[in-house]
Amino acid sequence: MSATTLAAAPPAGRARVTLRLVLAGAILLLALLPALNRLPADAALHVSDFTIAVTGKWITYAILALSIDLAWGYAGILSLGHGAFFALGGYAIGMHLMRLIGPRGVYGHPVLPDFMVFLGWPELPWYWWGFQHFPFALLMALFVPGLLALVVGWLAFRSRITGVYLSILTQAMTYALMLAFFRNDMGFGGNNGFTDFKELLGMPLNTGNARAVLFYASLAALLGCLWLCARITASKLGRVLVAIRDAESRIRFLGYDVTQHKLFVFVLSAMMAGLAGALYVPQVGIINPGEFSPGNSIEAVVWVAVGGRGTLAGALLGAFSVNALKTWLTTVAPEFWLFVLGGIFVAVTLFLPRGLVGLLDRRGTGR
Amino acid sequence: MSESSQAVLPMERPPVLGRPRPPRSDAVLYLDGVSVVFDGFRALNNLSLIVEQGELRAVIGPNGAGKTTMMDVITGKTRPTEGVVQFRDIDLTRLDEAAIANLGIGRKFQKPTVFDALTVFENLELALKAPRNPWACLRWMLSGEARDRIAATLAEIGLTARAGDRAAILSHGQRQWLEIGMLLMQDPEVLLVDEPVAGMTDQETEHTAALLRRIADGRRSVVVVEHDLEFVRALGCKVTVLCEGAMLSEGSIDHVQNDPRVVEVYLGR
Repeated sequence: MSATTLAAAPPAGRARVTLRLVLAGAILLLALLPALNRLPADAALHVSDFTIAVTGKWITYAILALSIDLAWGYAGILSLGHGAFFALGGYAIGMHLMRLIGPRGVYGHPVLPDFMVFLGWPELPWYWWGFQHFPFALLMALFVPGLLALVVGWLAFRSRITGVYLSILTQAMTYALMLAFFRNDMGFGGNNGFTDFKELLGMPLNTGNARAVLFYASLAALLGCLWLCARITASKLGRVLVAIRDAESRIRFLGYDVTQHKLFVFVLSAMMAGLAGALYVPQVGIINPGEFSPGNSIEAVVWVAVGGRGTLAGALLGAFSVNALKTWLTTVAPEFWLFVLGGIFVAVTLFLPRGLVGLLDRRGTGR
Repeated sequence: MSESSQAVLPMERPPVLGRPRPPRSDAVLYLDGVSVVFDGFRALNNLSLIVEQGELRAVIGPNGAGKTTMMDVITGKTRPTEGVVQFRDIDLTRLDEAAIANLGIGRKFQKPTVFDALTVFENLELALKAPRNPWACLRWMLSGEARDRIAATLAEIGLTARAGDRAAILSHGQRQWLEIGMLLMQDPEVLLVDEPVAGMTDQETEHTAALLRRIADGRRSVVVVEHDLEFVRALGCKVTVLCEGAMLSEGSIDHVQNDPRVVEVYLGR
């Protein structure tokens, strides 16, 4: 498909340098935000707590966008279920945060979270074991999404399910998980999910300090993921992925095991999404099955499409710009947001197949 | 290469059941009694073919004769309904495309499919024989030796000056040569080349014939599927004529052109 090829051509020459400078400037600016938050409230450059909280959340969205871009923009795996990996990472950290509440819960039970006491459960189910330890929870936030991606990906890629069928499959995956997590007997708090978190790593949440720490942790994770993605896409593996995206059946005849490469990138991408979810939940203070809703996954794909798939900067640009618009519009005219989102997606698909990044480099020669 | 048709398999062989007869020691490709049935349509009908080491072979036949299906069967894209397909003594019917490619069977498709988003150099680099797993690809560093091999292939296919260009902007003929170059980078023992000169100018056709003759250098075997009889004549090799999924005739180009059966179904029309 020529459209795919065109959409994926990274900007060339000067556009590329501009893009990198903008990116570096934006990241530097982000890094300054928590410091500006410490200024007195009446200072000109003071940044509100709200801004820090919202921007910190956007950074985790940017990691999610990056993970989708790696799978979709480079390897052509259009996952409409990445929200599930994000939510699973969030649930893993949520379980840790719930365990840390301890006897401070409404029912004052020393071990069991409130909802288990409420349901009359006598003891902690086995799959909650170990979550009192932060490193274990963090590991699970990566491992569980990775494992799910491995199983789903293996079944799908081995059977050569591609394109729209794969998208539907991943959409069904996140929908099924949403229904499962809504059930009280799953042991994940049913439709209320987890909330009322108290602390993380000995640090009380909902303080300026915790916000700054989580903000910087998210920014560090974003930079780490960006570095990893840049490393992959600049390597021969990146070129194999592009080849798979553009002519999957052709590269098999060069002796590449497409299933292996797709699995590698899909699992890695799911783990990145899980990490994003793990950083998101302590910042927003809640995780519930709504995070699995298919709409969330689709919205995240829209971010990448708007920014420009097949370029790492595009994923970041899309995540920040669409979410900034969303935050603004949902306060000004909340009833219009979904129409605007749909409209943006249609408009980008029709008029800006290479996304916002494509605007920088209209000649379309690429590379 | 012998001009005689003594090496030709008997025309009317019954389908092989049970254990296959061991192939001759110098056969690189060995097809025996191969049939492919799609919804009752026999794309290949009890086809047998032997390609020897270092041989250049042309396969011709009218549209729908099964030429491309034959390539699909050899490269693992299509499973034969019945019959034996071997590369030396390895059964190809149980392997997938990637495994067969890694054994040393390279394929060039009729429609050139190079990777448009990558440069000519990168296309060749992808094809270069090297570990193919994701981790190895991530750690891959282009060695001086690899660079030399790519440079040599670029020179062979005449695209040295275009090395840094994206494949998307190559001309049709250049894309065909790039594909042949990608085949060479895999260092295969057998090259299957599907209609390499379709849509080429006369000059490009001549260039391609010379390139293919050079490639079949006594070590590599090359099977060329082609419509263009002048091109086949320029190859100067043994010719196999397929018709309705089976072999109709085999021998030199003069032999098959004078074969009354061939004249009837193909050339005479």
